[in-house]
Amino acid sequence: MSLNSPYLRKPTSVSRVMAEVLLAMAPGIAVYAWFFGAGILVQLALATAAALAFEAAFLHMRGRPIKPALADLSAVVTAWLIALSFPSIGPWWLIVVATGFAIIVAKHLYGGLGQNPFNPAMVAYAVMIVAFPALMSQWPGAGQLDASAQLELIFGGARDIDAITAATPLDALRTGLRAEGAGVASLLDGAAFGHIAARGWEWVTAAFLLGGVYLLARRIITWHIPVAFLGTLALLATLASLLAPQAYPGALFSLFSGAAMLGAFFILTDPVSGATTPRGKLIYAAGAALITWIIRHFGAFPDGVAFATLLMNLCVPLIDMKTQPAVFGHKKKG
Amino acid sequence: MLQKLFKFNGGVKPATNKAASTRDPIKPVPMPRQLVVPLHQHVGGTPHPLVEAGEQVLKGQRIGAADGNVSSAIHAPTSGRVLAIEPRVMAHSSGLSSLSVVIEPDGEDRWIDTAPMPWRSMSPDEIRDELRDAGIVGLGGAVFPSHLKLKPGNEGTHTLVINGAECEPFITCDDLLMRERGDQIVRGALIMQAMLKAQRVLVGIEDNKPEAIAQMQAAVQRNGTTSMQVIAIPTRYPAGGAKQLIRVLTGIEVPHGRRSTDYGVQCFNTGTAYAIADAVEKGRPLISRIVTVAGNVERPGNYEVLFGTPMDHLAALAGIKADTDRFIMGGPMMGFRMPAYDVPVVKATNCVLVGSEALFPAPAPEMACIRCGECARACPADLQPFELYWHSRAKNFGKAQEYHLFDCIECGCCAYVCPSHIPLVDYYRFAKSEVWARERQKDAADVARERFEFRNERIEREKREKAEKLAAKTAASRAAASSAPGAEQGEAAPAAASTAADDSKKALIAAAMARAKAQRDAADQAAAPVATPPASAPDSAPATTAPAPQDRSI
Repeated sequence: MSLNSPYLRKPTSVSRVMAEVLLAMAPGIAVYAWFFGAGILVQLALATAAALAFEAAFLHMRGRPIKPALADLSAVVTAWLIALSFPSIGPWWLIVVATGFAIIVAKHLYGGLGQNPFNPAMVAYAVMIVAFPALMSQWPGAGQLDASAQLELIFGGARDIDAITAATPLDALRTGLRAEGAGVASLLDGAAFGHIAARGWEWVTAAFLLGGVYLLARRIITWHIPVAFLGTLALLATLASLLAPQAYPGALFSLFSGAAMLGAFFILTDPVSGATTPRGKLIYAAGAALITWIIRHFGAFPDGVAFATLLMNLCVPLIDMKTQPAVFGHKKKG
Repeated sequence: MLQKLFKFNGGVKPATNKAASTRDPIKPVPMPRQLVVPLHQHVGGTPHPLVEAGEQVLKGQRIGAADGNVSSAIHAPTSGRVLAIEPRVMAHSSGLSSLSVVIEPDGEDRWIDTAPMPWRSMSPDEIRDELRDAGIVGLGGAVFPSHLKLKPGNEGTHTLVINGAECEPFITCDDLLMRERGDQIVRGALIMQAMLKAQRVLVGIEDNKPEAIAQMQAAVQRNGTTSMQVIAIPTRYPAGGAKQLIRVLTGIEVPHGRRSTDYGVQCFNTGTAYAIADAVEKGRPLISRIVTVAGNVERPGNYEVLFGTPMDHLAALAGIKADTDRFIMGGPMMGFRMPAYDVPVVKATNCVLVGSEALFPAPAPEMACIRCGECARACPADLQPFELYWHSRAKNFGKAQEYHLFDCIECGCCAYVCPSHIPLVDYYRFAKSEVWARERQKDAADVARERFEFRNERIEREKREKAEKLAAKTAASRAAASSAPGAEQGEAAPAAASTAADDSKKALIAAAMARAKAQRDAADQAAAPVATPPASAPDSAPATTAPAPQDRSI
């Protein structure tokens, strides 16, 4: 019996919010599986099972109620983000260990849902790419491997990997630029590239964009983070490609490559670890875009979204504190 | 006449549930067996009883005299016999009792002699005194004494806002009053306008009440006034919060702790305007009001209810359903659960909301805050409710105040939208009461310290004086002993010393009196119509019903 007002509640819950986020990822996953094979579905299942198991185990150890926390679906969202940012042909233990790290270290050791300062999925990514750089860099090309070959790679032991995987488009572009002295235009004519970015992957990112628009329409997220992130990334790419067209790809390539779309709509928008004030969100996302762009072009990793997210997570308390909106009656113009 | 409207941020749109209680006109209530009239029904001092047990009273007879100017009078709602003057359970969620006059009606309902107030030939102060003695207080829910608000601001009052927004779900008492008695509301508003010397009157009504808007517009036209405008505003809770309504109608944002008169605006509820017209035109004090009975009842509706009527007597007329488990005074967003079913209807009672578990189910278990920011988007005060929640929960009250805890109007929008089902407003109520308690403690400690220091000083002074006297005496006696001619000198010295001591004592007494006066002045000022937390002036303004003096007819 509720003792105090308000006695009315909007029919909403954390589970509903998380379910909407999962639903919004579905188109991207479908396109992913269509172009790159069933491996991603296996990885999603592995990550989901691992996340729920670790979550339940840790809730039990912490003496917290297990059922409501599993039903809130937050662990599933983390699991899916890990699966989508990891190579779909990585060995099974890679994603299980990563998910365990995300749920146990990045989430529960900090106090569980709502308390983690860093995005758990990105913590897992950062840890694994530092620990297993080779495994984390083996991505299949579009239509390159059939389902049985992918299953063999995930569950089998032997990995004669260089023969069967392609470098990611961002990697291919960077190595190409550095090693062969070739220009952007000639590299993008290569077989690995499609209309605007990597063949196949450009459609996956487009589907993530679609899912993101759905989240905006359902008011699960606000426009600030996606617009600031994609806008800043596009601006930087455009400026760079105008100044040095042979050394830097343009805005479209940058937006539809790597984890830009996933990051803009699904990763940076994680409310727990992200900025919360309207102005803060703009600063947070613009900063993440800048770091992403720098890592992509001057760093050693396939993509920069994960590190950009974590670095900006660090700044969130400061950003939020310094961007508190004016309270009713205290606005400057009165 | 197109009026530009402004917006306030946030707000929510819960189902209004108003249709059911607006089908019938306002209905009378059969006289209950007993009326229990609490003496304290408003913000400010508790009135002194003017009658004794056993005494016969007439309808409208003053039975409680205002305690100072920040108070209001209380009247007998009908004629009859005073059975007792004793503490009875208040219409307040605390379940505490307050001194009440219990009247047994004699069934004759005989009025005192009443006469219209010749208000146009009276001075503003005289009118205000009359309104205080007629028991007129804000009927939007805040029950702040109206006479205190009927003064032009320092730089004049340009706009009088009449609040007919009534944004809380279920409540329709203002709606029905406007539909049926618009003419008198308009006349009451014009009296207020004259007292405030306001250039214009804006009547704000949510656009989900087209009939009330039409009736009020017709009433304004019949009256012929050109300075009054009836304005439909978008339906969005809490548009009826005084500050939100002022914002919507004038674009002015009145910050927490400031009076709207500082910005040239004053705001009254429609029911208050109606009551003022009653008092001025007919000489009738405030003894009844319109109350909505809604929720878990067969026939929701509105009633004209005498103060002191037990809520169960009233609600029974609407047919209380069997599974009822509570009465809520007010609406579902800001109302308070009553400690008993038979608590009396008071001036603050705009609605008796009959509740059940089925109608207002307990929220799902509280989950962790995920900082999703829904609450911030819903907050009409532009606060970051989740930050307030984190700091309140951590008992980090200083931080909570930095995040403008006291700008929170407890409208409940944040808790309404929270996907984690956190009872956010409870956390803010807790934090506010903790802060008030600490301030009270600090004030008490300050007073104690001052007293202690003063006492030490006094003891020191007395010691010093004694020593000086002793020294003078010894010197004198020594002088007298050593040489007789020196006696004149010897006597003069102690005399001078004692006058000096007297002077310094007098100065100290004068200083103490000045301090006491300053304290009294400060207390008086604190009691003035500013949004003062009840704690800062506990003696002069024990605001038990609501901390904010603004009409909260939402």
